[in-house]
Amino acid sequence: MLSHATPSDDIVLRLTGVSLGYGEHAILKDISLAARKGQVVALMGGSGSGKTTLLRAATGQIKALAGQVSLFGRDLNLATDSERQGLRQRIGVLFQQGALFTDLNVFENVAFPLREHASLAATDLLNRVLDTLDAVGLRTAAHLRVSEISGGMARRVALARAVVRQPELILYDEPFAGLDPISLGITARLIRNLSDRLGCASVVITHDVEESFAIADHVYLVGQGHIKAEGHPKALSASVDPYVQQFLNGAPDGPVPFNYPSSSAFDAWLKQQSTAR
Amino acid sequence: MNINLSIATLGRTARKRITGLGTFVRFFWLLLARSSILFSRPRLVSQQIHFIGNYSLLIIIVSGLFVGFVLGLQGYYTLNRYGSEEALGLLVALSLTRELGPVVTALLFAGRAGTSLTAEIGLMKAGEQLAAMEVMAVDPIRRVLVPRFWGGVIAMPILAAVFSMVGILGGWVVGVLMIGIDTGAFWSQMQSGVDVWKDILNGVIKSVVFGVAVTLIALYEGWQSRPTPEGVARATTRTVVAGSLVVLGLDFMLTALMFSN
Repeated sequence: MLSHATPSDDIVLRLTGVSLGYGEHAILKDISLAARKGQVVALMGGSGSGKTTLLRAATGQIKALAGQVSLFGRDLNLATDSERQGLRQRIGVLFQQGALFTDLNVFENVAFPLREHASLAATDLLNRVLDTLDAVGLRTAAHLRVSEISGGMARRVALARAVVRQPELILYDEPFAGLDPISLGITARLIRNLSDRLGCASVVITHDVEESFAIADHVYLVGQGHIKAEGHPKALSASVDPYVQQFLNGAPDGPVPFNYPSSSAFDAWLKQQSTAR
Repeated sequence: MNINLSIATLGRTARKRITGLGTFVRFFWLLLARSSILFSRPRLVSQQIHFIGNYSLLIIIVSGLFVGFVLGLQGYYTLNRYGSEEALGLLVALSLTRELGPVVTALLFAGRAGTSLTAEIGLMKAGEQLAAMEVMAVDPIRRVLVPRFWGGVIAMPILAAVFSMVGILGGWVVGVLMIGIDTGAFWSQMQSGVDVWKDILNGVIKSVVFGVAVTLIALYEGWQSRPTPEGVARATTRTVVAGSLVVLGLDFMLTALMFSN
């Protein structure tokens, strides 16, 4: 397990005893995890388990209710605005919906971070963007408008935009969602290759057990507000923990309930519906 | 019990309104404080002037023309009673430069450009585009809102000037070409009666103030909108309603300040 064998100064992102939520209500409690240089970390869990909330905490979009979120060794809760901006320039983020800029074409979307932060000559910028688009198989789609490309292509453009500046940490929110099998395999290999070639840390938020287990060095399984299990993919596959087994095998019965739990608010609503008729 | 509840509701509403006003003023301050992009990347602003101004041009020209036609007709009917129809040019020009040019342009601007700005910002928010910028260490207020704000503020007086100019031409078409008023009298009365500072400059000041108000409201509503189709639809409606009412209220105040003795 790579994560426990390398020195701590390799750690790019570290969460220590972190509680996260919106308002006063914590949806994740006592979360501790780390991502190191050159490592692919998979963050897995069911829908609504708070994986995207973890990503927001890692980028400083939300503050931790308790604990410490540390990016490149700097506590994000204590960082000033300018420090946070400096740290963000060292990361790349692939959003769940792609978040492409609809007023720009494919080329300009990928060129956007370079235009904002790097002063490249026009030819260098053109080559860098086309090379990055080439890596996701969309070099010849550079001229198209965002409205002219499919959902799967949009995600690949968003991936190109996230990696174009060759960041030290790349956060992928559901990178495999909506991709056809060929694009899915290529994207998984691209994530692994980027970490190996650039030595960047990659944090992949996903439901996709097969693809993420094939490329990840370390997997965290999030559920019921906590880290339920962690370790090398092989170790998790061999785990006898019923929660892990249910998640990995997609079993309908087990510690993870399929049905949304009942509440007094639902009972009150149902009563109101009955009396209204 | 009911009185206590009413007082609590009143207090809650008042606090919400005051907080909203404070947020609005703070938003205005943020736009001004991050306006250096106006000089460092003027192309972003010129693109917005083109987008906001150029695409509003047709509705402004057509509306200005018809308002000029109507002013020409109504003005002639009234002035004719007193035998002073030669003053039609002066009446049309003063009505347009002092009032109708800035006010009608601002109302049309709120409907055309204001709604477009609100919807664009709201949809960018719903599509996580603004959040994406933020995590790319790009300030969305500076990069997206400030160019649109100054684009609107600069475009508005130009559009108002176009409206007044086309309106005067409309008045001339009706008064001179259709009714037969002497063209020399039409233009000379206008030339001698319209004061560059008191009438035209005050009209320009009004249109700048309206431009600030409408663009600011449009951007604020988009920025504060809930990131859902319903939220964006409501924000767009609020832009037109609030923008139009603020323009009319400000017009009354500015007129009282500018043209009182």
